[in-house]
Amino acid sequence: MKMTSSAETKTGLEKRAEIKAQYKKFVGRKILFILSSLILIFIIAGVSATLGSYPITVIEVYSIIWQGILEIFQNAVFIMSHGIKKFYQTYFTTKEIVIWGLRLPRIIMGILAGIGLAIAGTTMQGVVRNPLASPYTLGIASAASFGATLAIILGAGFVTGKYIIIVNAFVFALLSSFIIYGLSRYKSATPETMILAGIALMYLFSAMTGILQYFGEAEAVKEVVFWMFGSLGRASWDKLSLMSIIIAFCIPLIMLKSWDLNALGVGDERAKSLGVNVEQTRIVCFVLASLVTAGIICFTGTIGFIGLVSPHMCRMVIGGDNRYLIPASGLFGAALLLGADTIARTIIAPVILPVGLITSFMGVPLFLYLIMRKRKEYW
Amino acid sequence: MVKLKVKDVEFSYASVPILKNVCVELAESEMLSVVGPNGAGKSTLLRCIDRILSPQKGCILLDERDIKKISRMELAKKVGYIPQSTTSIFSATVFDVVLIGRRPHISWRSSEEDTEKVLETLQMLNIEEFAMRDINELSGGQQQKVFIACALSQEPDVLLLDEPTSNLDIRHQLEVMDIIKTIVREKRIAAIMAIHDLNLAARYADKIIMMNSGKIFSAGDPVSVLTPENIKHVYGVESEVMDKRGRPHIIPIRPVGFV
Repeated sequence: MKMTSSAETKTGLEKRAEIKAQYKKFVGRKILFILSSLILIFIIAGVSATLGSYPITVIEVYSIIWQGILEIFQNAVFIMSHGIKKFYQTYFTTKEIVIWGLRLPRIIMGILAGIGLAIAGTTMQGVVRNPLASPYTLGIASAASFGATLAIILGAGFVTGKYIIIVNAFVFALLSSFIIYGLSRYKSATPETMILAGIALMYLFSAMTGILQYFGEAEAVKEVVFWMFGSLGRASWDKLSLMSIIIAFCIPLIMLKSWDLNALGVGDERAKSLGVNVEQTRIVCFVLASLVTAGIICFTGTIGFIGLVSPHMCRMVIGGDNRYLIPASGLFGAALLLGADTIARTIIAPVILPVGLITSFMGVPLFLYLIMRKRKEYW
Repeated sequence: MVKLKVKDVEFSYASVPILKNVCVELAESEMLSVVGPNGAGKSTLLRCIDRILSPQKGCILLDERDIKKISRMELAKKVGYIPQSTTSIFSATVFDVVLIGRRPHISWRSSEEDTEKVLETLQMLNIEEFAMRDINELSGGQQQKVFIACALSQEPDVLLLDEPTSNLDIRHQLEVMDIIKTIVREKRIAAIMAIHDLNLAARYADKIIMMNSGKIFSAGDPVSVLTPENIKHVYGVESEVMDKRGRPHIIPIRPVGFV
C-alpha cells in the first residue's frame, strides 16, 4: 500500500461517500420494488373482486372489505358462538356476502399461494444453487399428485371424508421431501445429491400415478387431471386459516436464514469459512420450503411456474441479496398469481380456466422476453 | 509470538492418507508458502486449519486454543479462507459480496460499521470503482481481489489462501501478492498460502514448507528450501537456482528421466 498524500485521501473519502450514496440508492430501489408489489396486489385484488355475475364496483369492493373488517372485529364474540354463516345472515347485505363469502377467499388464497410458492422457489434456487430449481424440482409436485390420485381414484387415504385429497397430497409431498432429507443426511447434502434424488423420486411418483390412472375410471381420471392443473376455485376460510398458519410459521424462519443463503451463493467452502453450517442450512431451508409448498398445493393443486418465474424476475430487477429478494419475490409472486387468476376468470367468461394453465401461458412469453432483453448475466 | 500451531496432523479420505505427521508453526505478520506437486496435500492442510475437514490425529492450535473447541462462528472471526477457484456464483454486486464477509459479525441487519468496514476493505484493495458492478462482469484478476476483500472484511487473524494467483496475468499476480504482503504486515495477520509458482513463493514468503505425498519434506526460509536437490527429489525436475537480491530464483530445466 502506497502512502497517500492529503489530496488523494480527500478523493478517497469522496469516493467512499459516493459508493455509500450509490449503495443507499440501490437499497432504496429494492424497497421501492417491494412497496410497488404491495400496491399492485392491492389494486389487482380490488379489480379481481369486481368480477363475477353480481355487479360491484371497485370503490364498493374496498369499502365493503374495510366495513367488513370493522364489523368482524366488533362482532368477534358473536362469530365465535354462532359461526360465520349465521354472522353473514345477521349482519351482512347480499353484496357483502358475495365479497366476503365468495370472492375474498379466492383472492386471499391467490395471494397466499403466490407468496408461498414464489418464496419456496427462491429458497430452493438458493439451496441447490441452480437457476432451474423451483418448488417442484425435488419431486414434491409429483408426490402430491400421487397422493391426490390415490384419494380420487381408489378413495384410499390417511383420513376419510372431504379432506382426504388434501391430507393425502400434503402427506405425500412431505414424504418425498423427507426421503430426500434422509438421503442427503446419509450421503452429504450437496446440490447434486439433492437434485438427482429429487428427479428420481419425481419419476417414481409419476409412474405410480400413471398406473393408477391407467386402471382408473374415466371420470376419476378426469378429476385427477383437473386437480393437477391447479386452481383457486376450492378456496374457503377454513382452508385459508390452515394455509396461513403454515406460511406464517415457515416464511419468517426462511427469512432468518437469508444471510446463510447469501453465503451459500459464494460457494460451500467460502460459506463454511464464514461460519455457516452449510449442510444444516441447506436441509433446514429445503424442509421449510417443502412444508410451504406442500401446505399450498394440497389445497390448490400444482400451480406451476410462479415459483420459477417470480424469483428470476425479481433477481433481474433488485439483484440476488436474499434479505430483499425473498420478500420481494413473495409479494411479486402474489401479484402475478392474482393477475393470472383474474385473467383466467375473464378471458372466456363465464368459463373459468384453471389458474395453473394461465400462469404458464402468461409467464412463459414474459419470461422469455425478459431473458432476451437482459444484456448482462443476472444469475 | 506463535499464532498458529499445527501439531502432528494426520488426515485421510476413506483410508487413503493425505496428510501424515504435519507440523507447522506460524507467528503473526508472517507469510508462509506451502509448495509441492499436485496431490501433495497443500489444499487439504488449509482445509484442516479452517476446520472444513477434521484431521483424524493431531491438533491445530490457534492462540494456544484447540480449534476443535472453538465454535464455527467464533473461528470465522479469526480465520479467513480464500478457496482456489469458485463455482459460478450468483449475481451480486461487489459491495454485497464483500458484505457477505461480515457474516460472522452481523445478525440480520448490517450496521453502519459493517458498511464502513466494507468501504475500507474496498479501498485497501483499490477496487472501489467496481463497488456497484456485478461480480460476474469482472475479470479473473478483479474477482480474485473481490474475494480477498470478502475474506478481509471478516477481520481474520489468520488468512488461508489456496492458489491466489492461478489464472491471473503477471500484473495481477504481482498486484495480488503485493496486496497480501502489505496486509500481512499492516494488519499483523498470519498468512498461509498454497502456491505452485516457486518464484512467487520465493519472492514473497518469509517461510516455505515443501510438501511431498502428505509429508513435509523440507521447511525453512526460501533459500534453504528451494534448492536444486529438493526440487529434483520432490518434483522430479532438474533446475538451476540463482540468487536474485537475496531470494532464490528457480529456472526449471527438464523433467528427470524424460528424454
